[in-house]
Amino acid sequence: MALSKVANKQEVQVRAQELTMIQAINDGLKTMLEKDAKVLLLGEDIGKNGGVFRATDGLQNKFGEKRVIDTPLSEAGFVGAAVGMALNGLKPVVEIQFLGFVYPAFEQIATHVTRMRTRTLGYYSMPMVIRAPYGAGVRSPEIHSDSVEALFVHLPGIKVVCPSTPYDAKGLLIASIADPDPVLFLEPMRLYRGKRQEVPAHDYRIELGKGEIILQGEDVTIFAWGAMMPIAMEAAELMKEERISCEVIDLRTLYPLDKAIIADSVQKTGRVVIIHEGHETGGVGSEIVSVIMETSFLYLRAPIEKVTGFDVPVPLFALEHAYLPTTERVTEAIQKVYSF
Amino acid sequence: MREKYPLLQIMDQEGKWLDESKREVLSEEKVKQFYYHMLRIRTYDQKGVALQRQGRIGTYVPFAGQEAAQVGSALALGNEDWMFPTYRDHGASLTFGADLDRMLLHWNGRIEGCLPSREKKIMPASIPIATHLPHATGVAMAEEYKGTRNAAIAYFGDGATSEGDFHEGINIASVFKAPVVFFNQNNGYAISLPVEKQMNSETIVQKSAAYGIPGIRVDGMDAFAVYFAVSEALERARTGKGPTLIEAVTMRFGAHTTADDPSKYRDQDEINRIRDEVDPLLRMEKHMKYRGIWKPAWRGSLEAGIQEELETAIKCMETYEQPDVSAMFDHVFAEPTWTIEKQKQHILSMGGSS
Repeated sequence: MALSKVANKQEVQVRAQELTMIQAINDGLKTMLEKDAKVLLLGEDIGKNGGVFRATDGLQNKFGEKRVIDTPLSEAGFVGAAVGMALNGLKPVVEIQFLGFVYPAFEQIATHVTRMRTRTLGYYSMPMVIRAPYGAGVRSPEIHSDSVEALFVHLPGIKVVCPSTPYDAKGLLIASIADPDPVLFLEPMRLYRGKRQEVPAHDYRIELGKGEIILQGEDVTIFAWGAMMPIAMEAAELMKEERISCEVIDLRTLYPLDKAIIADSVQKTGRVVIIHEGHETGGVGSEIVSVIMETSFLYLRAPIEKVTGFDVPVPLFALEHAYLPTTERVTEAIQKVYSF
Repeated sequence: MREKYPLLQIMDQEGKWLDESKREVLSEEKVKQFYYHMLRIRTYDQKGVALQRQGRIGTYVPFAGQEAAQVGSALALGNEDWMFPTYRDHGASLTFGADLDRMLLHWNGRIEGCLPSREKKIMPASIPIATHLPHATGVAMAEEYKGTRNAAIAYFGDGATSEGDFHEGINIASVFKAPVVFFNQNNGYAISLPVEKQMNSETIVQKSAAYGIPGIRVDGMDAFAVYFAVSEALERARTGKGPTLIEAVTMRFGAHTTADDPSKYRDQDEINRIRDEVDPLLRMEKHMKYRGIWKPAWRGSLEAGIQEELETAIKCMETYEQPDVSAMFDHVFAEPTWTIEKQKQHILSMGGSS
């Protein structure tokens, strides 16, 4: 019994690889292309070029031009074509080169992708994933750095997912492709080539709608996701020196939010800091505040603090670090809620 | 451009042959089928306007004048083909096999009216202009991927050609040689805007050249010509030769919708004056008389049957079970999310809609 357990563990270790997030995403796509002939990929420069970030590197070679499709430069067109493919029983995974380029396809998403199931009372569904690198901090050109997850969280009919680690990226991506409904899969480009992590080679899934406690703590809860996770962790570490114990939660899915993990943590700590790089007004942080008010109002010991991007267009990269939440801004917020 | 894309016609305005080579295909039985469907959707259309005026349905979108374009195109389709109509193409949908009772439910504000036909792959009408052209392209690419001979047809008006999705849908289809037919009904007006102000091109069909695909300009008041144009395009699609753009030149006799007053932007008296001359049903009737296959009693019996069918469907619409508030929540996702479930339970605890 004990021996076979060891053997299994060794086997898993042999098969698992140390991957970056971009490699884990590639691996997730490959896993699903192998598993399900209905899965196909569409996007700009994803075939021969393997994607501008190499998320689809080598996949066209392996699976052919019919399954890894280099589309014309036409976001509305290929998201619309993906709607047709999904109507016809396929599972398209669409790459939007940068989230800031999703706007031409917004009409398709708002009027068709998110409504097809409702309009046909479930007769047709849209099992589609729209992948998009998002966020600032990598000195990208103008418009390449947007973080507008809130626009999609607001739209009924689409789930919004955002991993912060290679392991989660693969598990959430596979779960998103397997999901019967449309998913916007946001990839923090700042973390694409960050820390490597052991990623199993097999098919594994992380349930959508579930956050994860990354650091247990008692005094202040920090909610974050995607590219803000390293900032949250760094701030929590710094606070240890001041004997403030932070609980850090990676929400991972932005719609639907993990109500239980939010409520449980807030009811324990009574103090909350929310971090996101999207604009403050109407941002997902406001929705988290709303969940807290609904579930945990009487447990609060201080007003909730949000550390977010500002209500300004994401600046060109010379100023992007002034726009983005920093560890300093987060520690200031933690001290504020702690000393209230 | 009109010389480069000459107007395809099979019969003239008097119903006489311009291309008699089609006589054999257009047997008496076939011609009667054309006439039956045109009369059926014309009667339905008149009923739709009347029902709206009586307050028995919501805003209605009439298509009188476009019967030949809609029937001719729909009759060319194969059973397994996909249809992507707009809100003015319910004549085509009904001809292809949409369910009349559901069609009326749609005009009465019921989501059940969006359900695809029980038999055919007819999509719910696309409301945002031109957005369904890329869908037809994608469906067609999927048929090709599956290795079938099925095709898709997308309907759209002259105004749609100014939208980005018109370009993107056709461009992608042309690049991948998708088996799809882009069927334009140029009825001269996008609500109030005449086609001359919609575009600087002399024709719509000439836009096909920009995508390197064939284009056919067809007399949209000649159901036979439309039928052959669409059949030719479908054959091309089924044999791996890619998409075709068809411009059917037609007329909208009435208003944009029952909420629209066309006298604000065009001389409606002029339309009414020429209406009989160009009416596609009258042209078909003339053709049948010319061939000696017209029998007034036959038409009478057709009309009686259609009226009965309509009355049954209207009764079905008006006695349809009341809408269930739950249904609004139950089909957003396969499994309702907690926010939707919470909202549903709250409204239900307050007694639903009332």
